[in-house]
Amino acid sequence: MDPALFFHRFHFAFTISFHYLFPQFTMGMGLLIVILKTRALRTGDDRFEKAARFWGKVFGLAFAMGVVTGIPMEFQFGTNWARFSEATGGVIGQTLAMEGTFAFFLESSFLGLFLFGHKKLSPRMHWLSAFAVFAGSWISGFFIVATNAFMQHPVGYEIQPDGMLALNSYWSLLLNPWLLWQYLHTMAGAVVTGAFVMTGIGAYYLLLGQRPDASEETRGHAEYGKIFLRLGIMVGLPASLFVAFPTGDMQAIKVAENQPAAFASMEGLFDSEEGAPLVLIGQPDMENMRLDNPVEVPRVLSFLTYRRFDAEVVGLKEIPRDEWPDNVPLHYFAYHIMVGLGTLFIGIMILAGWLLWRRRLFESRAMLWLLMLAVPFPFIANTTGWMTAELGRQPWLVYGVLRTEDGFSATVSAGNAIFSLLGFMGLYLLLGILFLFLTAREIGHGPGGHPGGDGGASSDAGEGGDGSNGKGSARGPAGRSARGSGRNPGGGSGGVPHTDIPSAFNEGR
Amino acid sequence: METLWFYLVAVMVAIYVVLDGFDLGAGALHLFVARTDPERRTVLQSIGPVWDGNEVWLLAGGGAMVLAFPKLYASGFSGLYLPLMMVLWLLILRAISIEFRSHLESPIWRPIWDVVFSLSSLLLAVFLGVFLGNVVRGVPLGEDGYFFTPLWTSFRTDRSELGVLDWYTSTVGMTSLLALTYHGAMWLILKTEGKIRNRAKKAASLAWPLLLVFTGLVTVFTFGIQPQVSTRMNANPISYVLPSAALVGILSSRRFMARGMEFPAFLGSAAFLVFMLLSVVFGLYPMVLPGAGNPGASLTIFNASGPPYALRVALFWWVPGMVLVGFYTAFIYRQMAGKVKLDEEGY
Repeated sequence: MDPALFFHRFHFAFTISFHYLFPQFTMGMGLLIVILKTRALRTGDDRFEKAARFWGKVFGLAFAMGVVTGIPMEFQFGTNWARFSEATGGVIGQTLAMEGTFAFFLESSFLGLFLFGHKKLSPRMHWLSAFAVFAGSWISGFFIVATNAFMQHPVGYEIQPDGMLALNSYWSLLLNPWLLWQYLHTMAGAVVTGAFVMTGIGAYYLLLGQRPDASEETRGHAEYGKIFLRLGIMVGLPASLFVAFPTGDMQAIKVAENQPAAFASMEGLFDSEEGAPLVLIGQPDMENMRLDNPVEVPRVLSFLTYRRFDAEVVGLKEIPRDEWPDNVPLHYFAYHIMVGLGTLFIGIMILAGWLLWRRRLFESRAMLWLLMLAVPFPFIANTTGWMTAELGRQPWLVYGVLRTEDGFSATVSAGNAIFSLLGFMGLYLLLGILFLFLTAREIGHGPGGHPGGDGGASSDAGEGGDGSNGKGSARGPAGRSARGSGRNPGGGSGGVPHTDIPSAFNEGR
Repeated sequence: METLWFYLVAVMVAIYVVLDGFDLGAGALHLFVARTDPERRTVLQSIGPVWDGNEVWLLAGGGAMVLAFPKLYASGFSGLYLPLMMVLWLLILRAISIEFRSHLESPIWRPIWDVVFSLSSLLLAVFLGVFLGNVVRGVPLGEDGYFFTPLWTSFRTDRSELGVLDWYTSTVGMTSLLALTYHGAMWLILKTEGKIRNRAKKAASLAWPLLLVFTGLVTVFTFGIQPQVSTRMNANPISYVLPSAALVGILSSRRFMARGMEFPAFLGSAAFLVFMLLSVVFGLYPMVLPGAGNPGASLTIFNASGPPYALRVALFWWVPGMVLVGFYTAFIYRQMAGKVKLDEEGY
């Protein structure tokens, strides 16, 4: 592979993989926060409001990460993939520009109100701002998946005499048959991530609160843990099922219909077969064109794909080599990891749902541990899901129309791509560490009763007096502790009176 | 249709410069006008609810550019690869310094982010000017409409290769920094009280005369370096209204400030930015990216535009979309009207 092509691809793969860790979480969590806010508004129960505010803080951090890592994605179409943008801008310019107009403005306008406005705004207005941020993120997802759907399955375009693509049907682009299932599948995956994070953190608080040495405050967090578990499972169970049926199933059928090479590659099928088996485990051996150590279920792939046990599925050997995905093993593993994890998620959620229904979940320590440790895996499943889609599309940028080797910026050398790649790697490492650090802090503070904002420093600044410092150091029990006191629970009750810190700032006055 | 989209994209960029301009300017002044933690939080809260939305105008303008002028987007973004990557890093650092700063109350943590926020704002203000300078001066476009410019080769003694930075683009960068700093000071005067406001006034008084000098220099240099501008403006003498309006804007802004009329002073500075940009845009039309030393290779609205159907159909959603955006923007600015009252919930 041309080194410039390799590094432009790696550049995009690295930045998009890191980016998508955040939107998948915020799109899922956005839905859960809207549900919490709705229940708070309906019932007037303050616990739902506090739960929403706690997740709002984590959401705010993740959202900021999603925004700052998302801007480079929009730039990279031009900087690293100039010939692709020139050729396809006449089509995907629509969806990219619509994303800016209909999604980014909505999100960015209401995010600040949602994060910092719960006192200034009426409960209804604050609910509306939460809903607007949620809607904005799902609209954004729609237009990006619409752009990707065009690349997977180009529709509504014609090729002009100069070789550039031109849109000829706006509605075909937005009603692309590929788009509906891909969008629902992607969004359901995001909801699974949000739900597993919520149940995982809920399980963590419950496990902590059930310890005999748990403080009053920790037991308070455990009460919120129960809310998180109930909601996370009630949303996560249907979402886990929906990822597989019908959305994942329909998505796979679309791939088999339209991208036979990608389908054979992801299933690890080298020879065309009637009654093709479903491969559970095995390593593609590209030298001998076979699967090593296969564990298969006979005839099931044919049934899943064509609903007939003896249907023929086309294998890789029957397809010209220059139409194969250029990294079959990686593609195969990405798909199998996604499917394997997705199956596990269904199992975990069904089990947790059953225990919840039998009212045994909160006492079942093994299940709580399992839920807590499951948190990273939906992120892996969503990432490998996108890898399946994108590696399967190779060697094309726009399937059947524009090859990847014809799309990168010819004027940007491999050296310049490596330069910016290294810059992004360093910067994203730093961002990742900071994000984990600040998120862990928020989780350490817990949901139980710190009514938002900063601690003593802000109350000090707001009222400009020592009176508020006094308030800040008055440590109340969880639930009514005001201002700064809620900020320190992680440090235990004997922490340093934190009003010392703001006073250090005030020396400058 | 191409002409319509040319001006629509130009207007979106102008709105971006006016809106993000004040928060970049406020950021560049951050360390100077705000010394204590409450003062710094006041500056951040003055831009807190809106800076993100302001920045979206850049993305929306970029999106409209892919739609309307895909060739310009492809050529310009890949040719200016290196400075754009740096702008991305600066945008990232600036955003996280705003978002992460107030999460910890440590007297070590917060000043780090204050410095990152201020420096990245300052550099972004310079970079915006440098980009504008490159677009006006032109870039070494090849026959295929693509190019690649290194960063500072123009300063080498043999002047072998045109770079992103040269005397002209650096001057535009400095002018941009001064203009946005002044604009940011107008914003801070409008939104704050007491010491911050006094220091912002001082900064504005310092920046204003320098800005006039640099504006004069840039105007003279521009007529020298890009003959298209004078040709087109002389062919349409009425267009001299545009730079004149910019001049009226900046002169009146200073007078309004002296009389304590804060909002008109801000509007004057905004008018200066808008009319300077429109002067340039009008002067370059129909070019969107001139070829340096090879005007024949220039990208114009005709050879860089997208397919006619795409441009036409996009108007049907673009117009209602912008009406919606107008509503949100009006709503948000109304929510935060008046002077900043430091709030424990905010940044």
